[in-house]
Amino acid sequence: MSTPVLPAEFADLEQFAAIWCLPSETERYDQRLGSTMSDMQRFYDAITARAEDALTYCDKFSIDEMPEDAKNLMYLLYSMIQVSFPVEVWRQPRIPDTGAASLTCVLEPGL
Amino acid sequence: MPRWPKPAEGSWTQHYPELGTAPMSYDDSISPEFFELERDAIFKRAWLNVGRIEQLPRTGSYFTREIHAAHSSIILVRDRDGSVNAFHNICRHRGNKLVWNEFPREETAGTCRQFTCKYHGWRYGLDGSLSFVQQESEFFDLDKDNLGLARVHCEVWSGFIFVNLAAEPRQTLREFLGPMVTGLEGYPFDQLTERYTYRAEVGANWKLYLDAFQEFYHAPILHGKQTPDNFSVAAQQAGFEAPHYQLDGPHRLVSTSGVVTWELDAAMRKPMEDITRSGLFGPWDVPDLGPMPAGLNPAGCEPWGLDSFQLWPNFTILIWSGGWYLTYQYWPTSHNTHIFEGNLYFTPARTPRDRVAHEMAAVTFKEYGLQDSSTLEATQLMLESRAVTTFQLNDQEILLRHLHKVAADWVGDYRRERAEAQR
Repeated sequence: MSTPVLPAEFADLEQFAAIWCLPSETERYDQRLGSTMSDMQRFYDAITARAEDALTYCDKFSIDEMPEDAKNLMYLLYSMIQVSFPVEVWRQPRIPDTGAASLTCVLEPGL
Repeated sequence: MPRWPKPAEGSWTQHYPELGTAPMSYDDSISPEFFELERDAIFKRAWLNVGRIEQLPRTGSYFTREIHAAHSSIILVRDRDGSVNAFHNICRHRGNKLVWNEFPREETAGTCRQFTCKYHGWRYGLDGSLSFVQQESEFFDLDKDNLGLARVHCEVWSGFIFVNLAAEPRQTLREFLGPMVTGLEGYPFDQLTERYTYRAEVGANWKLYLDAFQEFYHAPILHGKQTPDNFSVAAQQAGFEAPHYQLDGPHRLVSTSGVVTWELDAAMRKPMEDITRSGLFGPWDVPDLGPMPAGLNPAGCEPWGLDSFQLWPNFTILIWSGGWYLTYQYWPTSHNTHIFEGNLYFTPARTPRDRVAHEMAAVTFKEYGLQDSSTLEATQLMLESRAVTTFQLNDQEILLRHLHKVAADWVGDYRRERAEAQR
């Protein structure tokens, strides 16, 4: 077992950290395209159940001074948003009929 | 029965009789010859937005902009006196591109005290003056005072940096923008500094992507499946009508009423919208930005949704009622390709929860944008077949009619002037 990257209170989400704690939108979107629906559904079910707790936990910190483990929890929340579209709407990783299109996030706010 | 009153003439389109109501040709979007004319007639004459003042935070901050349509690369730089200078990105010695990093075709940004050419080391100050020539004594009659960087006309309005590539612009930036656009003055653009930037290479003419975002009539259909079924069905049955369309010179505006997402039945929303308190219309917790400028919400809608200002030729400012805004830029690279850049601007997140709400709005924007972009490529392909050559536009598509008319007018004027000059 590798060293935990999330705060101890979120040990139940640690199993998803290696895959979904990704600091950039591009990495999260690529991970979504490369994931199966069943993997994303499992992650979605686990994190949405803890989302309010995670938001409350992260809110204890100033946005400019987040400890590493809280930052990782934020990345996990961003990935939750990313997988919500396949899970809640599309039933597939990609938006239907958008294979020819790309829209790359080249600048995003830091944490 | 229209939900919103239409002008006395019977329609928005007829309110502007110069537009006509005939079916339209899209020849201007599939013709390489027309695009070659647009380079000189439009992109070397109009004021072009190249960015925001926040991209030049201190003395020596710079960024470059590739303007393929005008065969130009521009350096924007903050001078010692705080002003913004724009220069052609070319060394006066042998014409090397002055500022680039690794890849000569890519844009770059940074901070410096002076610009040094990678080729033979000629140096230029932030004001463009030539300050150093390698082995100066080897040259013949070198007049360094007259070998500064070639200047590009540059003006700033409400923090937006514009350049004009004409030798002498026909109008100042303010004159060019006109009263409808300058009616946005006072909007606190300078407070909304948290920024996401998205870029795409799109296989369609630049005007077709403008078209996609200057009508919302397509939304219930193309984007119908983004929302829960009962919302989609309701939206499709209702269709789309905007309460206000306006034209001013070459610029356009559509204003729409709003949906208060959080007042909808929960079954109309996606679970993630409730978790993040955010979505397509932005974060539900709206920052207090103070009074809005007179030019916003011209129809006086309550609730108001958004105003989308299309600034000729290739720039859009879309202001949401929820206290954030978007900009779109469309940079042509050929008659059937362009680079799209979309920016989302928020007030800086005060808390991690705010930041998560911003992320939800940004990711949702991308979901919609990908659908729009893919459809455009399908449109371009079929327009180029020329199997059908005239196309029907309804009253909710008045801004499209105007954009293509303005493009035709500018190209027409340019052709006439060129013909007269050759006589």
